[in-house]
Amino acid sequence: MSEKIQKVSIIISKGGLDGVYPGLIMANGARMEGIEANLFFTFFGQDAIVKKRMNKIKVATVGNPGMHIASILGMLPGMSAMATSMMKKTMEKLDIPPVPEYIEMIHDAGGKLYACKMTVDMFKFKKEDFCPQIDSIITVGKFYELAAGGEIIFT
Amino acid sequence: MAQKQYGAATVEVDAEGFMTDLSQWTRDIAAAIAKEEGIAELTPAHWKVVDYIQKEFKENGQVPSIRKLNKSGVTSTKELYDLFPGGPAKKAAKISGMKKPEGCV
Repeated sequence: MSEKIQKVSIIISKGGLDGVYPGLIMANGARMEGIEANLFFTFFGQDAIVKKRMNKIKVATVGNPGMHIASILGMLPGMSAMATSMMKKTMEKLDIPPVPEYIEMIHDAGGKLYACKMTVDMFKFKKEDFCPQIDSIITVGKFYELAAGGEIIFT
Repeated sequence: MAQKQYGAATVEVDAEGFMTDLSQWTRDIAAAIAKEEGIAELTPAHWKVVDYIQKEFKENGQVPSIRKLNKSGVTSTKELYDLFPGGPAKKAAKISGMKKPEGCV
């Protein structure tokens, strides 16, 4: 058997439920296996850690081929909310926590969470805008430093 | 099916050492598995988790997830990772005589 992975650094760059969840699942899964995990939130991925937004993340029904519905239907009012609510129910059944709880769980599990400095500057966020589980706001350079010696996963 | 010796007891295990017959489980065996997993001594906090896992399994036929353990009030996520370092869900299940948990959460 090849050597066990010791550390993963996961970049979450996309917003929306389908953008945010894969990275969260992989980070938590890493901690469950005793693997060190860093999460780096950049661009719209930061919705997952912005207090005002983290509880309102929806799944996109327009321009999302994975939804298997025509974009013109996805445009109808309430479609995104309906798809989101259906998805959330299914996830609850599978014991997948909502975004804020997941962030807390990964943090309590010893995962480290970072916000990308450039995105913070671009969207004019402040440290107070983020949930308390965020360790710090870091540059790309610092991210590479933290990720050194481990695997980097971009989502 | 493989077998494993813990002290005087022989138990049935799967390829990864998870017990396959809960009726063979004893607290002494649990302590021996814990040692193998790098936990020198099972403290009352460990036993609380083990007892809860077994109770849940007997009632629902399922090994509770980390999330469920956290919500149960038996332990917190943080404490669970401290008690069973390097893989709490798997290690706690193994020590409790359960099969390997299959969920991703």
